[in-house]
Amino acid sequence: MGLNEFIFLLVGLKWTVFLSAIGFACGGITGLGVALARTSGIPVLERVTAGYIALFQGTPLLMQLFVVYYGLALMGLRLDAWVAVAIGFTLHASAYLGEIWRGAIEAVPRGQTEAAKALSLKYVSRMKDVILPQALRISLPATIGFLVQLIKGTSLAAIVGFTELARAGSIVSNQIFEPLTVFGIVGALYFAMCWPLSLYGAHLESRFAAATR
Amino acid sequence: MNYTLDFTPVINGLPSLLAACLGTLGLAVGGMVLAIIIGIGGVILRDSPIRPVRWLVKAFVELIRNTPFLVQIFFIYFALPLAGLRLDPTPTAIIALGINGGAYAIEIIRGGVQSISKGQVEAGLALGLHKSQVFRLIVLKPALRAIYPSLTSQFILLTLTTSVASAIAAYELTSVAQRIESDSFRSFEVYGAVTLFYLVMSWLLMSIFGLIQSRYFSYPVK
Repeated sequence: MGLNEFIFLLVGLKWTVFLSAIGFACGGITGLGVALARTSGIPVLERVTAGYIALFQGTPLLMQLFVVYYGLALMGLRLDAWVAVAIGFTLHASAYLGEIWRGAIEAVPRGQTEAAKALSLKYVSRMKDVILPQALRISLPATIGFLVQLIKGTSLAAIVGFTELARAGSIVSNQIFEPLTVFGIVGALYFAMCWPLSLYGAHLESRFAAATR
Repeated sequence: MNYTLDFTPVINGLPSLLAACLGTLGLAVGGMVLAIIIGIGGVILRDSPIRPVRWLVKAFVELIRNTPFLVQIFFIYFALPLAGLRLDPTPTAIIALGINGGAYAIEIIRGGVQSISKGQVEAGLALGLHKSQVFRLIVLKPALRAIYPSLTSQFILLTLTTSVASAIAAYELTSVAQRIESDSFRSFEVYGAVTLFYLVMSWLLMSIFGLIQSRYFSYPVK
């Protein structure tokens, strides 16, 4: 494998990072909305978001990407491939992060909400200043775990036809007929992104476990 | 938007789609059996007195858990023939799913084994239980109870992951859907319907597992 092929892989890597970042950032914002709606105490909102989460957790990411990709086209939206795929990852991430953060919000002791109410804090301030900072801390290991899932998940954009790292690997592999070398390097690049995150997540988890013991 | 949804390709393809659901479940079951075998073996080797063996198991777990399944299945697809194993895409997919699930199973089973404290076993023996009773009632059942939820949700995850096996054209729901889609160009309808199929499958699995859990693996009330 020559330098040109490797650079081609790195361009794919750039798109993988980009897709992961967009999916995580946009999914994080909508996911927060999902988590808040899921814990709002309003039955309709809770049921709708519960269904939304169940839908995304019960179907393969690949199918979600296909449906969003072709669904957007049906709605007459002429989008670039990366925009369509990014919307797919955003929806996927919002459901998973919504569920992780719902759990974290519910894990904050009830007394915190009661104390905040007793101090006559309104909903926004109660959430923003009291509950969410604590929930964020609790959810951090799981959130990082999901980020790793998301980075790995962006490889499925390759099947939809978007040239990120995995598809760049397929293309190079078809050109130079060294599939093991190419996919070995592609795997190593993913590993280099995901492993430090996994280690950091595990480190946080053990630190929290020690703190609550 | 002047597009009318047309589900005829889905309806015409219903028999092959339903058969492909069985293919998907077959991949998932085959992959899970292999994953549990790898999981048990891995947990035993992880406590091996030989350091390189322990190290290899840990490296395997980290490697598999931090790379995408798509890359793994491609790698295995090309690596097996070089190792002298010429298999069809479907058995190859089962092997890939088993290896992927195995890395997660090692972590899950290890957690279950660690959840049994030595004192429990000693207490059981002190109460005059027979060794086999201690193993069955005090070691095996609580360990299974501890790992059952994670193991079953791992199985559902594996079922959803089988869709990626379409990349090497293994026989399962997504690849059959892709064939119908490329014949009919009704992409949204086909994939929308197939998404529903997956949803029904994971719901069914979830309720079956839930039923088994409440029947056999629920915690004693008292």
